[in-house]
Amino acid sequence: MPVASPQNDPAVEALERRFGPEVFTAQATLTGIPVLWVARARLLEALELLRELPQPYAMLFDLSAVDERLREHREGLPAADFTVFYQLLSVAGNRDLMLKVALEAGALELPSAVGLFPNAAWYEREVWDMFGIRFTGHPHLTRILMPPTWEGHPLRKDHAARATEIGPYTLTVEGQRHEQEALRFEPEAWGMAREREGAEFMFLNLGPNHPSAHGAFRIVLQLDGEEIVDCVPDIGYHHRGAEKMAERQTWHSFIPYTDRIDYTGGVMNNLPYVLAVEKLAGIEVPDRVATIRVMMAELFRISSHLLFLGTYFQDLGAMSPVFYTFTDRQKAYEVIEAITGFRMHPAWYRIGGVAQDLPRGWDGLMQGFVDWMPPRLDEYERTMMDNAIVRERTRDVAAFDAEAALAWGVTGPNLRATGLDFDLRKRRPYSGYDRFDFEVALGERGDAFDRGRVRIEEMRQSLRILQQCIDHMPAGDHKADHPLTTPPPRERMLEHIETLITHFLQVSWGPVLPPGEALTLVEATKGINGYYLTSDGGATSYRTRIRTPSFPHLQQIPALMRGGFVPDLIAHLGSIDFVMADVDR
Amino acid sequence: MTAWLSPAAFEVLVAMLQALAILLGAVLLGAILTVVERRLLGLWQDRHGPNRVGPGGSLQLVADMLKIFFKEDWIPPFADRGPFVLAPAIAMASLLLSFLIIPLTPSWGVADWHIGLLFFLAMAGINVYAVLLGGWSSGNKYALLGAMRASAQTLSYEVFMGLALMGVVAMAGSFNLREIVAAQQGLWFIVPQFFGFATFLIAGIAVTHRHPFDQPEAEQELADGYHIEYAGMKFGMFFIGEYIGMVLVSALIVTLFLGGWQGPWLPPWLWFALKTLVFVLLFILLRAALPRPRYDAVMGFGWRVCLPLTLINLLVTGAVILLVAPP
Repeated sequence: MPVASPQNDPAVEALERRFGPEVFTAQATLTGIPVLWVARARLLEALELLRELPQPYAMLFDLSAVDERLREHREGLPAADFTVFYQLLSVAGNRDLMLKVALEAGALELPSAVGLFPNAAWYEREVWDMFGIRFTGHPHLTRILMPPTWEGHPLRKDHAARATEIGPYTLTVEGQRHEQEALRFEPEAWGMAREREGAEFMFLNLGPNHPSAHGAFRIVLQLDGEEIVDCVPDIGYHHRGAEKMAERQTWHSFIPYTDRIDYTGGVMNNLPYVLAVEKLAGIEVPDRVATIRVMMAELFRISSHLLFLGTYFQDLGAMSPVFYTFTDRQKAYEVIEAITGFRMHPAWYRIGGVAQDLPRGWDGLMQGFVDWMPPRLDEYERTMMDNAIVRERTRDVAAFDAEAALAWGVTGPNLRATGLDFDLRKRRPYSGYDRFDFEVALGERGDAFDRGRVRIEEMRQSLRILQQCIDHMPAGDHKADHPLTTPPPRERMLEHIETLITHFLQVSWGPVLPPGEALTLVEATKGINGYYLTSDGGATSYRTRIRTPSFPHLQQIPALMRGGFVPDLIAHLGSIDFVMADVDR
Repeated sequence: MTAWLSPAAFEVLVAMLQALAILLGAVLLGAILTVVERRLLGLWQDRHGPNRVGPGGSLQLVADMLKIFFKEDWIPPFADRGPFVLAPAIAMASLLLSFLIIPLTPSWGVADWHIGLLFFLAMAGINVYAVLLGGWSSGNKYALLGAMRASAQTLSYEVFMGLALMGVVAMAGSFNLREIVAAQQGLWFIVPQFFGFATFLIAGIAVTHRHPFDQPEAEQELADGYHIEYAGMKFGMFFIGEYIGMVLVSALIVTLFLGGWQGPWLPPWLWFALKTLVFVLLFILLRAALPRPRYDAVMGFGWRVCLPLTLINLLVTGAVILLVAPP
């Protein structure tokens, strides 16, 4: 577990030794990691020092901002209108550290960290897009999630959150032409040449509507024949403003929105959110709740990986496997349906528990699924992964090593395909993962083939976890005995007026959480998913930062695909395992 | 019997009716195969396939036909109209014309030419223009990439497709398909010409753009490639053309390597139909079973494996013929 107090953290000591303790302001939070405020002038030096430590903070895990102007509970913090935070992750030390920079409304500018961490490019564009904070020295500071024609910066507190708060939307013919023109790709804007040695390049617009783009994803290819000279991914077509919605929804009513972040992950998305809320509320859940949550999350991991596997082979041109994996997913959904009442988006976890207790006979259903899967997985491995064409299409395609993976913020199975053993379920066990017996699936070469193989092995390990859940499900309540458990246990609602009032308030108004900041990272289906919640003592979140794994995975594509062929790009897209909802939020 | 219906005129009439029957048969078979393929894929993929129209989905074909005939015949404004309209016609016509030379039974067949096989090779060559013109005139980058792939692939594969057949020609001593069938009286050519058979089968799949050699359309990469801008019946002609190509190549394989209509007990037409059906099913099974190799691997396979193999096969065949029966 990362050390909570900043006092004995070696990185904090190194920073204070180098720059002097007066440069930093430590902030006490519930995040479980040291949070230091640093002066703008020292930011890049501090980031560089952290990256060069003996146990280096090699990954810029997250970078975003907070509009502090309406925040009431800021005792002991530097004055700020906006805060930009940098969360760094050290795999070697298994620690995180967060640096925050205070900005005043008149000077919303920071030096760009792109020179230190290549994946800062998209995060800084997002901060510019959402908050209007400039990064000097950024190679291409344009909007990334919102349309290029958008006015205003949506995550500012003074920006409208709902359509009803602004005038009615109209689209004239002229307006449509203007919008379409704004989407035209200009190679010069990206420093691309239109021709080489007299031969024109072809600029191919792949997406936002393309059979292999896995959703509304656009990538513009600069082609010489079928060789990809360079490419520019364009995201944002699936942006729904989940982080903005979180500032309007109650802590409880935001849960269904999380399901739709990684829409193939179901309750896996609920997990980091409710864990973070429970940190803010100070809730300890019973063992039974923790185990049920692990079980359902692992079931969804299998379901998500099955979808991956089918589409991965589909992208390689094999049309049949996707139907077989969908048959398997149907078996998983039958269990999920019986337990949660829903299929893809159960929104089934609750603050302090889960929605219902397990139904009678759940173990038989689950056992049926656990018995069904292993021969199917063996068959996929034998018929597809051992297939010469699959190997030829994926071996050494879009390969990267662990160092590149960390520099680009790659997590999850894609990181483990490089052979780096970093699985949060093992390294930072949450929700009782330390009580389970399973292994971490690792690859060797970090290519498209290993990314497929690792996921098949992960499914086998998840099946082991499911088996242990069936065999050793703890007895107990499905909700914590805590005043902030939402909704409170219904059977106690009618006992006396106090419980009735609590129930009424929490269901109608929502629970009020004490002010503070909490952070939870979980090993989700596609990589590390993090929720960084800021409470200002209200019934809604003050700021909800959702760090999703697919976002950096897509950012890495150009670095891998230069010099590849179009079919390699398709194989790589299939092997990343992304959904655009997880990228755009 | 009236005077104008002389025996010669009667013969012409019968030949014309036969030709018409074979033409309609080929087109209908191509259309029926679109449904057969979907049902078979469904069977192999643990699902139903189209089974809603009519009893057991039997009228699916009618529904498809009605739909495609009444679809708007749209030509994109940025397309080059002339070649755009011409391309699907070439696609269908070149393959249909090849049925001219195939003898179905001792008495059924359209033309009995001594250039038989060469005619097929010529038609297969013309078929490339359909893809090329369609891809080029669509004014679409995906279509262009598909057309580029198609022309490169077909050129490479036609080189050894012709060579693969030369062993058969040498053994039969004729380009005429009836004589080739007759020459297989004792032993089907699949045995002495096994490498010719294997390479011709591969080339046949490539020439009809069937999976795994469907590089020109490669849905996952080029989103349908050369016919991406086509709609309605123009698309339908490309689509049916592909199935007619399947039937054609299967029928040719049967004629050239499997003794055509020959076989004991059953009537000749049934033998021919059954043998052809086996290869048509093989085409469909390949699509269900295999992933798609990379485009350059397909080309490499053609030039580095198939071409040398056909050349060696031809050399050995020639040597054996000279040894056993010098002219």
